[in-house]
Amino acid sequence: MGMKTDIKLIDEKGMRIDGRRPDQLRPIKIEAGVLKRADGSAYLEWGKNKVLAAVYGPREAHPRHLQDSAKAIVQCRYNMAPFSVSDRKRPGPDRRSVEISKIISEALESVILTELFPRSSIDVFIEVLQANAGTRCAGLTAASVALADAGIPMKDLVVGCAAGKIGDKVVLDLGKEEDNFGQADVPLAIIPRTGEIVLLQMDGDMTQEELFKAIEMAKEASLRIYELQKEALRRRYAIVAEEEKEEIASMEEIKEEEE
Amino acid sequence: MSQETVAQILRDYIYKSLMEKKRPDGREFFEYRKIRIEPGIVEVAEGSARVHLGNTDVLAGIKMSIGEPFPDTPDVGVLTTNAELIPMASPYFEAGPPDANSIELSRVVDRGLREGEVVDLAKLCIEPGEKVWIMFLDLHILDYDGNLFDAAALASVAALASTKVPAAQYELGDDFRLPIKNWPVMTTFAKIKDVILLDPTLDEEKVADARLSVYTDQNGHVRAMQKGLSGGFAYEEVKDIVKMA
Amino acid sequence: MNEEKHNVSRELVLPGEVVDTTGLRPGVGTYAENGVIYAAQLGIKNISKNYVNVFPLNGRYIPRYGDKVIGIITETGATSWLVDINSPYPAPLHVNDVPWKVNFGDTPTYLKVGDTVLVKVDGVDEAKHVRVSMKDQGLRKLSGGNIIEIPASKVPRVIGKGGSMINLLKEYTECRIFVGQNGRIWIDGDVDGIALAIRAIKKIDEEAQTIGLTEKIKEFLEKESKKIRRQ
Repeated sequence: MGMKTDIKLIDEKGMRIDGRRPDQLRPIKIEAGVLKRADGSAYLEWGKNKVLAAVYGPREAHPRHLQDSAKAIVQCRYNMAPFSVSDRKRPGPDRRSVEISKIISEALESVILTELFPRSSIDVFIEVLQANAGTRCAGLTAASVALADAGIPMKDLVVGCAAGKIGDKVVLDLGKEEDNFGQADVPLAIIPRTGEIVLLQMDGDMTQEELFKAIEMAKEASLRIYELQKEALRRRYAIVAEEEKEEIASMEEIKEEEE
Repeated sequence: MSQETVAQILRDYIYKSLMEKKRPDGREFFEYRKIRIEPGIVEVAEGSARVHLGNTDVLAGIKMSIGEPFPDTPDVGVLTTNAELIPMASPYFEAGPPDANSIELSRVVDRGLREGEVVDLAKLCIEPGEKVWIMFLDLHILDYDGNLFDAAALASVAALASTKVPAAQYELGDDFRLPIKNWPVMTTFAKIKDVILLDPTLDEEKVADARLSVYTDQNGHVRAMQKGLSGGFAYEEVKDIVKMA
Repeated sequence: MNEEKHNVSRELVLPGEVVDTTGLRPGVGTYAENGVIYAAQLGIKNISKNYVNVFPLNGRYIPRYGDKVIGIITETGATSWLVDINSPYPAPLHVNDVPWKVNFGDTPTYLKVGDTVLVKVDGVDEAKHVRVSMKDQGLRKLSGGNIIEIPASKVPRVIGKGGSMINLLKEYTECRIFVGQNGRIWIDGDVDGIALAIRAIKKIDEEAQTIGLTEKIKEFLEKESKKIRRQ
């Protein structure tokens, strides 16, 4: 935030440098179930961001001292590929990615029914393949689709979205230049069903009114993204549902099957 | 990497199949799985390629910058290779600094690219002894179902071939395609008991005694090799493999 | 069948979606808040008796008392073995729960690391400590054949309605097949038969979305079994 620039981020008509209106999201595309080995996965493109998320678990928690006898632990690892940014990023975790991993873990944990799986671990891996501002929200949004794809019991999906301030105006979903040269950024995540905010950060300079407006804008947009998440899952499972109809009745008959 | 217990039943089944000259997935002994290459999928990188080899999935990305050459090679560009076996790809890959497996993978790929003279490094000198183009090749393993070596080598060459040198950004004239000299190909064979197979799957790797990777260029010259695992090969077997590769 | 369709509601639901507001009781895969019942996982909505359930389409195997599962021995101790049952919870198998008299420290003589066993879940406590036993009819060490894994939630699909799918598989591949509740499937027969069964089961797993799957698998098996049996 706050780098000085002559670039005009928003014009007289209220249009932004990538041609978006103030309340317009970048294009978002989500696909569920894209990896073979993981228990659940999702690929997400959000503007020029490209993010892959994979879920393993619930599985035995390692090392054992991390195990909680009352519930599963949720461990997220947010990682940027070295080639995902303009200047190559050194591989491995840094302070930024450790912090993001922590807040995403906590946001996801808020919806997962962890008490069903004591002593286990639900591991979420987010790989940013190409970064273009807003990767934590993109990663969280993809991760929540991957969790549902993995069949993890959860109260709802979680959706991430940011709003911010550029050229003294509150706008939705900052792009790269807006993030670099804007005045404030407010990434957040909500549980769509309840509207509860489960991730919230802010940096920059805003009045209280501007902040409230930004939060409302991001919350409203999250509901639109929620629909895309659900569509992605429905696409992956829709026809399964057709077929499952015929066989659901057999669930009870199946106790064992010996030759 | 933590170890997976390999079921004796799987071991016996693969042995039994191979005795009858059959592979569990129905392939011939010297048949590759389906290969799909997607070049240029990471636009922010100077070059990139994703390779699917069966269910194995590898993404290679190239970043370029300008730096000092090595003192002993003052007039050629520099290529550095790094591989990450990220925990997304397998329940047995762990987060953390590169382990022996990922270092071996990156070094073998690197040796092939270097000895195979894939990139014409002499054309990447800007000022001898002062400034040359530096390439970082990063291999990101996304899904692991055996034979990372061949998938990673293929992704690397494809990513290099898709690379545009960002000269304009440094006011060094127009961007240009990375000069590619050779297209070597890595072929990896696994030995299970007395049987030799091309392109082992994960299950085949689990029970393999030995592994041999051969990097061959378009003229049939051998440019790099690597033998792995605790079993050995007879000299005749090595000869056969090299001829076949 | 028509009658069944009337009282069984069957639709794909996603976590957080409302599955009932009419006063049914929350069954498996659901949760209730302020009198409304929501789906707690991705799955198929099902109403049976007074309960609304969501049956999962994916997910790890969670042990339940009495389940027959296929395990792999991962450790041997002085008086027990540790068995991987394809769940988050490795299960001890105590020497008192096997059909042999095992002397102290003599466990590897009977079962070694890597051996495959057919066992039943004999106890699950609050913290999901699981015990397995080999003391029941049919439980034993498995040898020969091969095992593959599918998501435990797809076990019913491999068995099919009234065992229709599994019977097809057995008939065309001439294999003995045992489906563990934990998603591990043991198949024994000749190499070609096993390979065909594996391909068919993977098809069931991957192409689960195809309408009329049983017919499709039957066609596949008919065609492919001719190829292998001709030789």
